[in-house]
Amino acid sequence: MIDVQEVGRTFTIRRRTGLLRRERRVVHAVQNLSFTVRAGEFVGYLGPNGAGKSTTIKMLTGILAPSSGRIQVAGLDPARRRTALARRIGVVFGQRTTLWWDLPLRDSFELIRHLYKVDRVAFRRRLDELTELLTLGEFLRTPVRQLSLGQRMRGDITAALLHDPRVLVLDEPTIGLDVVSKAAMRGFLRKLNAERGTTVLLTTHDMGDIEKLCDRVMLIDNGRLAFEGGIDDLRATAPEETSIEDVVARLYARGAPAAGQRQARGQ
Amino acid sequence: MVRTYALLAWTWMRASAQYPVSLALLTLGSLAVNALDILAIWVIFSHTTTLGGFALPEVMFLYGTAGVSFAVADMLFGNVDRLSTHIRSGGFDIMLIRPAAAFLQMAVDRFNVQRFGRITQAAVVLGLALAGLEVPWSRAWMIPVMIVCGVVIFASIFAIAGATQFLLINAPEVANAFTYGGSSLTQYPLTVYGSELVRAVTFVVPLAFVNWQPALLVLGRDDPLGLPHWLRYASPLAAVALATVAMLAWRAGIRRYRSTGS
Ligand SMILES: Nc1ncnc2c1ncn2[C@@H]1O[C@H](COP(=O)(O)OP(=O)(O)OP(=O)(O)O)[C@@H](O)[C@H]1O
Ligand SMILES: [Mg+2]
Repeated sequence: MIDVQEVGRTFTIRRRTGLLRRERRVVHAVQNLSFTVRAGEFVGYLGPNGAGKSTTIKMLTGILAPSSGRIQVAGLDPARRRTALARRIGVVFGQRTTLWWDLPLRDSFELIRHLYKVDRVAFRRRLDELTELLTLGEFLRTPVRQLSLGQRMRGDITAALLHDPRVLVLDEPTIGLDVVSKAAMRGFLRKLNAERGTTVLLTTHDMGDIEKLCDRVMLIDNGRLAFEGGIDDLRATAPEETSIEDVVARLYARGAPAAGQRQARGQ
Repeated sequence: MVRTYALLAWTWMRASAQYPVSLALLTLGSLAVNALDILAIWVIFSHTTTLGGFALPEVMFLYGTAGVSFAVADMLFGNVDRLSTHIRSGGFDIMLIRPAAAFLQMAVDRFNVQRFGRITQAAVVLGLALAGLEVPWSRAWMIPVMIVCGVVIFASIFAIAGATQFLLINAPEVANAFTYGGSSLTQYPLTVYGSELVRAVTFVVPLAFVNWQPALLVLGRDDPLGLPHWLRYASPLAAVALATVAMLAWRAGIRRYRSTGS
């Protein structure tokens, strides 16, 4: 469903260092990254800050074109077929909303129905189902700007799923949620994956998300894949009785062994 | 495309109606500005008899056609040159994950009622000019053609101005020089400028095709600068050429898009 082959993405940063002198620095946000996610899988994408998670997600959704390598998502090359891909995948960014700030939720959804060309009956059914599952009913008439973070997040998830995508990509969907909302969100994603077979790829800094949700974990560090395997394999990298937080912390501290020596970014 | 644009425009207008007081004030403000604009033009034109060898109604014709073209382009696509703001805020990322052309979403973003206002003033001037001109039908057909071509040319300039911001995120002012500068330039007979500049806006940035060249046909005038006669039919060609350049520039920009670090 998602196929990433030897993908790299660099950012060239130009900075003034003197009156005429300018420094050019190349940041390798992602380098030589390969992985696949099969249909129906629930995969967690981990990594310390600045590891390249969001950059990967942006390449998978067609926002950024890769500098090298090949990507296929739902059978399409994201950068080339961006709008076609948009109809097949759902995307949620925890940090920013895709909803229209001043419109009631309901109107945002209605607009999404038009943009994604979802037929009216399917839309109704889907919206009822989602509002029920995410207990969003009482907020449908509220303008998005008046919603709390958790409420808005549920709105965003609904928006991403109205067109019934086969793949759902989430960048930190549980950021800033309270314990109850987090549990509800996890329950919902679990169910979505189990019952509808939606493929899910999610990035998070919350190990609870990983433990409770993911079949498989990929860990990226310095733009390179540092670990890939099931939760049990992940645990097995540390002595027994270590909490999952500590297991991951150990891996973060170790750098990217799979990619050979750790390489400083920005050279 | 048109449906999506209309739908999004309607959505944005409804969104702005969420703040009724501010909407009312902004609309009143834009009405006042337009009224003042019309007054200012009246003052200018009431003291003018000829400009650059053109009589008053002819000058008003040039002003009106360029004005209408620019106002329509600005209403529909003017927001595109604010791209850098959307890139920095991360809003452009969101446009890229929706199944509609990013250019269209960018163009329609924050569409509001006030955007219609800018057209009235230019339309009034054009109407007065036409009343004073009595253009025969054998030449009047060019008027709608030139307005449409003008819209396409200005829209293309907006698109190119937007596309440059993929590279120069901090330099939207440079872009403004071309869009608003171009509109001011075309408001008056090009004869008031030097012939070097006229050649430049004919062959480099094809602004002369917004109104100058086709207006020579409509007004039945010889080209004061002696450029070839066929140029006055060439507006559609210039419009298509510039639109192609704009499309390529925009595409190239999106390919080079870098998003933001967070
Ligand atoms: N638009 C950009 N311009 C320059 N550098 C960028 C850009 N986007 C990302 N980077 C750099 O690429 C690297 C990876 O960033 P990315 O946002 O993918 O990290 P992340 O894994 O999502 O981190 P976090 O957990 O903090 O969200 C960072 O070093 C960042 O500075
Ligand atoms: Mg990130």
